[in-house]
Amino acid sequence: MHSLITETGVVTQAATGVSSVGWLLVALPLFGAAFLLVGGKATDKWGHHLATILSWAAFVVGAAAFLQMLGNDPEHRSYHLRLFDWISAGGFKLEAGMLLDQLSMSFVLLVTFVGSLIHVYSIGYMAHDPNRRRFFAYLNLFVASMLLLVLADSYLLLFVGWEGVGLASYLLIGFWYTNPAYATAGNKAFVVNRVGDIGLTLAIMAMFAVFGHVDFASVQAGVGTASKGWVTAIGLLLLLGACGKSAQFPLQSWLGDAMAGPTPVSALIHAATMVTAGVYLVVRSGFIFDASPDARLAVCFVGAITLLFGAIVGCAKDDIKKALAASTMSQIGYMMLAAGLGPIGYAFAIFHLLTHGFFKAGMFLGAGSVMHGMNNQVDMRRFGGLATVMKITWVTFGFGWLAILGVPPFSGFWSKDKIIEAAFVGDGWQPWVFGTAALVGAGITAFYMSRLFFMTFQGKKRWSDDVHPHESPLVMTVPMMVLAVGSAVLGLILGVTDMFPTWLEPVVGGGAEEHPVINKWVLMGLTLVLVIVGIALAYVRYVREAVPVAPPKGSLLTQAARVDLYQDAVNEGLFMRPGIHLTRGLVFTDRKGVDGAVGGLAAFVGGASSRVRRLQNGYARSYALTMLAGVVAILGVMWVIN
Amino acid sequence: MSAVVTSAVPAAFLQAVKVDYWAVLPLLIVLGGALVGVLVEAFAPRRSRHTLQVVWTLLTLVASLVVLAGWSRGHEAKTLGGSVVIDGPTLFLQGTLLALSILAVLTMAERFPGQDADAFTPMGAATPGSPYEAAAARAGLTTSEIFPLTLLSVAGMMLFPAAGDLITMFVALEVLSLPLYIMCGLARRRRLLSHEASLKYFLLGAFSSAFFLFGAALLFAYSGSLDLVTIASTTSAAAPELNNLLLPGVLLVLIGLMFKIGAVPFHSWTPDVYQGAPTPVSGFMAACTKAAAFGAILRVAYTAFDGSRWDWRAAVIAVAILTMVVGSVLSVTQTDMKRLLAYSSIAHAGFVLVGVMAFDKAGVSGTMFYVAAYGLTVIAAFAVVSMIRENGSEATHLSQWAGLGKNHPVVAGVFAFILLAFAGIPLTSGFTAKYAVFAPAVTDGGRAGVIMVIIGVLCSAITAFVYVRIIILMYFTEPSSEDVTVLVPSPMTTIAVTVGVLLTFALGVVPGPVLDLAGQASQFIR
Repeated sequence: MHSLITETGVVTQAATGVSSVGWLLVALPLFGAAFLLVGGKATDKWGHHLATILSWAAFVVGAAAFLQMLGNDPEHRSYHLRLFDWISAGGFKLEAGMLLDQLSMSFVLLVTFVGSLIHVYSIGYMAHDPNRRRFFAYLNLFVASMLLLVLADSYLLLFVGWEGVGLASYLLIGFWYTNPAYATAGNKAFVVNRVGDIGLTLAIMAMFAVFGHVDFASVQAGVGTASKGWVTAIGLLLLLGACGKSAQFPLQSWLGDAMAGPTPVSALIHAATMVTAGVYLVVRSGFIFDASPDARLAVCFVGAITLLFGAIVGCAKDDIKKALAASTMSQIGYMMLAAGLGPIGYAFAIFHLLTHGFFKAGMFLGAGSVMHGMNNQVDMRRFGGLATVMKITWVTFGFGWLAILGVPPFSGFWSKDKIIEAAFVGDGWQPWVFGTAALVGAGITAFYMSRLFFMTFQGKKRWSDDVHPHESPLVMTVPMMVLAVGSAVLGLILGVTDMFPTWLEPVVGGGAEEHPVINKWVLMGLTLVLVIVGIALAYVRYVREAVPVAPPKGSLLTQAARVDLYQDAVNEGLFMRPGIHLTRGLVFTDRKGVDGAVGGLAAFVGGASSRVRRLQNGYARSYALTMLAGVVAILGVMWVIN
Repeated sequence: MSAVVTSAVPAAFLQAVKVDYWAVLPLLIVLGGALVGVLVEAFAPRRSRHTLQVVWTLLTLVASLVVLAGWSRGHEAKTLGGSVVIDGPTLFLQGTLLALSILAVLTMAERFPGQDADAFTPMGAATPGSPYEAAAARAGLTTSEIFPLTLLSVAGMMLFPAAGDLITMFVALEVLSLPLYIMCGLARRRRLLSHEASLKYFLLGAFSSAFFLFGAALLFAYSGSLDLVTIASTTSAAAPELNNLLLPGVLLVLIGLMFKIGAVPFHSWTPDVYQGAPTPVSGFMAACTKAAAFGAILRVAYTAFDGSRWDWRAAVIAVAILTMVVGSVLSVTQTDMKRLLAYSSIAHAGFVLVGVMAFDKAGVSGTMFYVAAYGLTVIAAFAVVSMIRENGSEATHLSQWAGLGKNHPVVAGVFAFILLAFAGIPLTSGFTAKYAVFAPAVTDGGRAGVIMVIIGVLCSAITAFVYVRIIILMYFTEPSSEDVTVLVPSPMTTIAVTVGVLLTFALGVVPGPVLDLAGQASQFIR
């Protein structure tokens, strides 16, 4: 597999130069994680610096490979790096290798850059935590796994990274595991993710059964000849995996609880990178979804439902991190919707993922900065008027706020608007349904994000008496500023000339201009009107009117949204209780039936054993007699038989 | 009549015999080393005798192994007038035997805190408990003749699978057995039990040798030769009135050999002897005697008796099934660790017989892989048993092992791993070895092969229960006595256990190279 042909005829060449040391991307942070975990207390003093340096080193390697890639013409930017023969079982051979193309490179840069910034931020945020070394080790483990996930050249290797990020996420959500609620949150994320992982594993098994291979190139080559049913099944199973990792409906319930982890973790893993792995999986598997319109439609539905679901939940949350989590869910819904639209959406899904990575990470860090200054208070009803005391946080958060709203020329405008536009492309009922969902979602987003922003930074002070808010140290605010700059201009730079979609085009296709069912200028105007209405509503309710410290009863919808639209109750009623009854039943059957049979058999064997044992009486004469009897019996029987 | 007699004399006596010295050099080195060892015993000063003997024995074995691996491989041939056949299986098994006996010698040389080999009595001839014995112990006497005896026994074992005729095979059988009879009686502790074991082993061994000889005589009468190839070629061409001699002859020879592997119903000696013998010797017997005897069984079954196998197959299949069932069922109620390992070795012998009965090259390689893998594990197992003590004597009763995991996690962990290997859990050599013998039995053994494998798997489940129960005993039961301790072993035992356990793990994870080697070495020269 020295070269492989992708759908648009791009030649993948064997890695040379910087890209041939692409394995360093994974190896450096992995070494850091291992070193800090094995090194123990000896590395307590300087371990976090080592982890941060290694993360930046990975970024440097990634950037160098990126520059090398830019030096080639667009058709020759894809590199394949063979690592080693991984599995060789009979006719099945699998090499572990890395695929450095435009898609994975976008992720590499996002993960290493934002990840490194968050390492820096954490130096300040975790300065007084006794387990700081362990925290940084897990962060490095996460970066390594995430890079392995996006660089893998086969679904199986991707799965290794997939589980690696899951492990890191689990460890970091439950980082303060002495608090039972946090430990439970970690377990919840773990269990829900298992459901998704079953989907991914089954998809890989199905690929092996249908195509006999699990590397991207061979699966892609085989899709054309496989039966439609199988391809759809594989697509839906991949979608299930993506739903678990990306907190998409119906596996979204874990993300809110995952906010139990330290805030930098929420920023990096549960906003900017890991939760977007599902989108990556769908886009990377574009050739499967292209071959199965049904699977693709399912992706669209999941995306549309989640984007509205998250937006509605976000309107009612008073916990700043949970509101941001709901918003993450909703934004990933946008990406998923775009990915479900096919080649016209893939590039914009990744584009939005990138800009979202910046502005959402920036806002999470801002939230962390607020918590840092407010004695770890997360209830927004206890905030208010922070703009005066935390100027830097206010401005940087404001940039992220404008970006997610999609106000031009901030980053979100360039990516989200394109998704809304793409959702309106097509025939029949689909553009109207998905387009309207995306459009309405933008309005709700404007409302709940403004609500969050106003409740935190504007209005009257509602602080408890014992807090003295203050700005965070530079080591925390500098990363926030860098991300704020990204939130402000990244979309403009990459979007105004369609630079990013063009960059991705050799991998994901697209390019041909499609016309939405409504004129795109009208759409843009409509979106902006809705956004302004959302902001205005929030302004009236949360700046003009006083915000009560105790949450009011609220409408039925608000009450439902506060408990995440009853998702936990549904899960409990639909899965947990029947599951408990099933396991109880199984335990009963096991005890009475299986154990009874096994116990009986064991008693029989034991009884036989003690009876036969008496033959072993210790007398050589009876041993000799046994032998003789054996000889006579054998000879006699054989004589009779023959 | 005289013509018959002339042709019956082995060809070796009638013509100048050509010897391929490179091919038999490993064997000669071990024999020579044993003789020098006897001289060392006679002339070396008492104080340095133990060290000298250990070093000399190890040197001999290593030298033999080096020559075997380096030169003998290129000299596969029949030599010594056809009496010795150096071919793939011979070389593989000789190499295995040498490697295993190096580990076994390391465990035999263990002194623990004492002056001499810990497992062996200072004076074998003294009456147990007599003043004479006490005086010998005071005088610092030692039975370091155990090492030349081991070398002699190893030489017999190496000749056993290489034998090209039944007389050579019988000589090899006796050369390997006689030193073992003595070694079994030299335990330092519980000497009466040790003497009893020695005597029983000797009596029953002599009994089984008689069967072997009787069988050989019948085959001689049938074919007019003791040469394995001649017996094979006569099988279809003999006079019809002699046909009734063939089957009893074959069966009796096989019975004589199956005694050595402890197949049921010729197994009764095994538990008593393994229990009474010095623990390192039990390990040596379980590993090396089995490997050598299976080599001999493979040799006769595949080169001399394969033409008539449809007549005698059923008997060996019945023995294999009986061996698996009795070995595993009886291990359930054992209360003594050494007896338990003895019954476990019986069950294992049954599993290996399944592979032998495949009558295919894969069966040969599977059998050889199994005995190699099992040998490595069982030597480590007996070495660990020798380390667990209560008031100085070996704590072999199961109740003494309770709670071992609490106070001695490393030793208990190692032993638990060994037990898992015996049970055939994946990632240990036990699993790959079972697969290696069961797979050819299913593919080439016909319906009987499938039945044997099903019974084999069921018996594995029974033995797994036994092993896991010990693991539970070690980890989840409160210690019964505070006096049970683990002696700190010298580097020698440590090396033996470490090598055994690591290879048990390695052969479970990457069995490829050794399986390939066994596969390449599975062709007999006729």
